This record gives sequence, structure tokens and C-alpha cells, in this order.
Amino acid sequence: MPRTTPPATREMILAWLGEVMDPEVPVVSVVDLGIVRDVQWRAETADWAVIVTPTYSGCPATEVIAASIRDALRDHGLGEVEVRTQLSPAWTTDWMTPKGRDALRNYGIAPPVHRASGAGGQVVDITALMPHRAAVPCPRCASRKTRLLSQFGSTACKALYQCSDCLEPFDYFKPH
Amino acid sequence: MNAKFQYLLRLGDNCLVLSQQLAAWCGHGPALEEDLALTNVALDLLGQARLWLSYAGEVEGRGRDEDALAYGRDGADFRNLLLVEQPNGHYGNTVARQFLFDAWHQQLLAGLSQSSDPRIADIAQKAVKEVRYHVERSAGLMIALGDGTELSHQRMQGAVDLLWPYTQEWFESDAVDAQCADQGIAPAAPSLAAPWRATVQAVLSRATLAMPAYTGHQRGGKQGMHSEHLGHLLTSLQFVQRAYPGAQW
Repeated sequence: MPRTTPPATREMILAWLGEVMDPEVPVVSVVDLGIVRDVQWRAETADWAVIVTPTYSGCPATEVIAASIRDALRDHGLGEVEVRTQLSPAWTTDWMTPKGRDALRNYGIAPPVHRASGAGGQVVDITALMPHRAAVPCPRCASRKTRLLSQFGSTACKALYQCSDCLEPFDYFKPH
Repeated sequence: MNAKFQYLLRLGDNCLVLSQQLAAWCGHGPALEEDLALTNVALDLLGQARLWLSYAGEVEGRGRDEDALAYGRDGADFRNLLLVEQPNGHYGNTVARQFLFDAWHQQLLAGLSQSSDPRIADIAQKAVKEVRYHVERSAGLMIALGDGTELSHQRMQGAVDLLWPYTQEWFESDAVDAQCADQGIAPAAPSLAAPWRATVQAVLSRATLAMPAYTGHQRGGKQGMHSEHLGHLLTSLQFVQRAYPGAQW
């Protein structure tokens, strides 16, 4: 006889998922990163489904994240949970929580300095875009005198910068 | 003919083949930053290839998944553009190939974001954000190298001239393109020509490079008629699954 009342609340589950860290950035939870889109109780199958969205199409952490979510909820006694991937609307760094941004900065990764530009379908004028890079403050000394070293960094979601004052190189979480 | 299936193969194969090409630079890039960039772009394209080919397999309805399509088809069944299978060459060739492709890919994905097929629109809206970053980077390199030293300028012009004849088949509409455009699944192939030329013209001009004159072009990739390079690429791409069919990690 399937259970008709969920054994936990949506809020409890979101709180538990707030403890599941991104495998590449182990100080930011999957909730604070904005990749958990929803948690749904399904009465017909009497189980929970967690809806997630990938950061980048080829992000290799996606499968690890799904496994971590299943493991965490199993540890909290929820049994097998389906983790479903949903592409639309496409993930954006605008969904990162203030808590997530602070955690990134404290970890030495500069959070995105501006909101992701426009809707996905919009074509950007690349020739106008390039000279206007916003200053990215150094996560260590807060200096705004920093420079781009490499448009890509240790993962698809980051670029590599260097501070001209404290000379530390640092990762920058790109607005996306 | 299942036009949507064929169209999805074209989308997926462009990403898969170019991703494989860029991955060959891993550990061989001219600078660490370039090595990182190329492999990251390769990763984005691989992710996009998986999304397109998975959907292609579902649309075909014969039980083929992304792996079956990537590893189990022969060269003549690949539907990528001839441009993406052109050899990596020297770094200027790789950069020029990437920029010419990225500028087109961005226009295409922007169009596909409005597709009447919701799954295609979803994938395109995801991918176009990644490709916007790709084109920003490859355009920047075109300018840096084109407007660089005498030697880098000469090499970039040579690369653009060499690849130019492979950049026109994209804009030619065949039965697959026409059917997908009629159903609102995809933008009409020729409609991308003007915006692509405008972007390329703007970047080439800032790179002090000349836009090549039209002297004829190559076609056939979309229909499975490829250059010799694709076969060589597929031997390394498909080796493990050909030698050990169904092998799993």
C-alpha cells in the first residue's frame, strides 16, 4: 500500500540539500549555486523527485552532483529519490544566493561581478563587448586592480585572474 | 526521410567532431592558457553534442542512444560541416576555424532558441550562452594574431584563405534544411549568411585581415560526403567501441 503522505516536507529536503556541496567548489551547496530548481512529492509513486539543471552542457560534475543528492537524501531516510535534469530555463549565475557568493569569496574565488547579460537567444555585438571588461575585485585583498590571465580556468565556469596589488592569482566565477 | 532526425545529426556531429579536434590540443597548446581554453571549449561542445545526439536517437526511434550514434556510425553517416573536420594545422588554422565556426554557431543557436520544437529550443538556449563566450574568445584571438607581428598576420591571412571555401555550404538549403525551416524547427539556412558576414567582416577588419574573394566552395558534409580527414578522426574517436563493442567504464 503506497504511502500518501510524504515522510518529510519540501522545506526539510531543501535544508538537507543545503548541505550537499558542489564537488568542484566544496564550499557552495547545490542550493546556493542555484542548480536545484524544485523538489516535488509524487503521490502516485509515493516518492520525491529533485529537479536539477546543469551549469554548463559538458560539466562533468553533473553526474557526481546527482549521486550526491541521492546519497544525502537516502541518509536522511527518504529512500530512493529520482534526480531529474531539466534544461529550461537555462542556469544562470544570477540564481546564486548571497550566501553562495559570500562562500565563494571567502574560499578565494571571486563571485560574478555583474548579472548575466540578456536572454540566451540574444546575439551580442562581440566587437563592442571585448574592451569593456568589468573590474573583478581580488577576493583576498579587495583591490580592483586585477587583470585577466586566462578566459578559462580550472573548470568551465571559471576564468583566471591575477591581482596587481597582492599579486595573487585567483579564480573568477564567470557571469553566465 | 526523417528531416528532424537528419537535422539533429548535423547539429550533434558539428559539435562532436570539432570537440574531438580541439581535444587533440590537450597538452600541446602553445601556452597553458590556450591549452585550458581549447579543452574547455571542447568540453562545452561535447556536452552539446550529447544533448543533440540523445535527442536525435529519440526522434529516430530505433533505440540508438548518444553513444550508439557517436561510436557506431561510419563516416558516410556523419552529417557535420566540412569546416569542422579540416585539420588542426598550426595554431592559426585552429583559431581561424574556431572563429569562423563560432560566429555561425552563435547565429544558428540564437535562431534555434526560437524553435517550434521545445526540446530544441531548450538545448539551444543553454548552448548559445556557452557559444557567446567561445566567439568572444576566438574573435579576440583573431584580432591579437591578425594585428600582431608580420609572421602572425601572414599566418592568419593564410588560414582564413585556406578555410574560406568551407564556409559556404552552411548557407545552402537542401531538402532537410527546407523542411525544418518550413516547420519552424530551425532558421532558414540562407538567413544566417548576412549576420555571419557582418560579424566576420567586423572582426577581420579589426584584425587587419582581408575578407577573401569568392572563388568557389566545397559542399557535401551535411549530406555525408566528407573529406579524407573525417575517417582518420573517427578511427581515434571510435577505436575503443569498435574494438570492444559495448565496453563500459
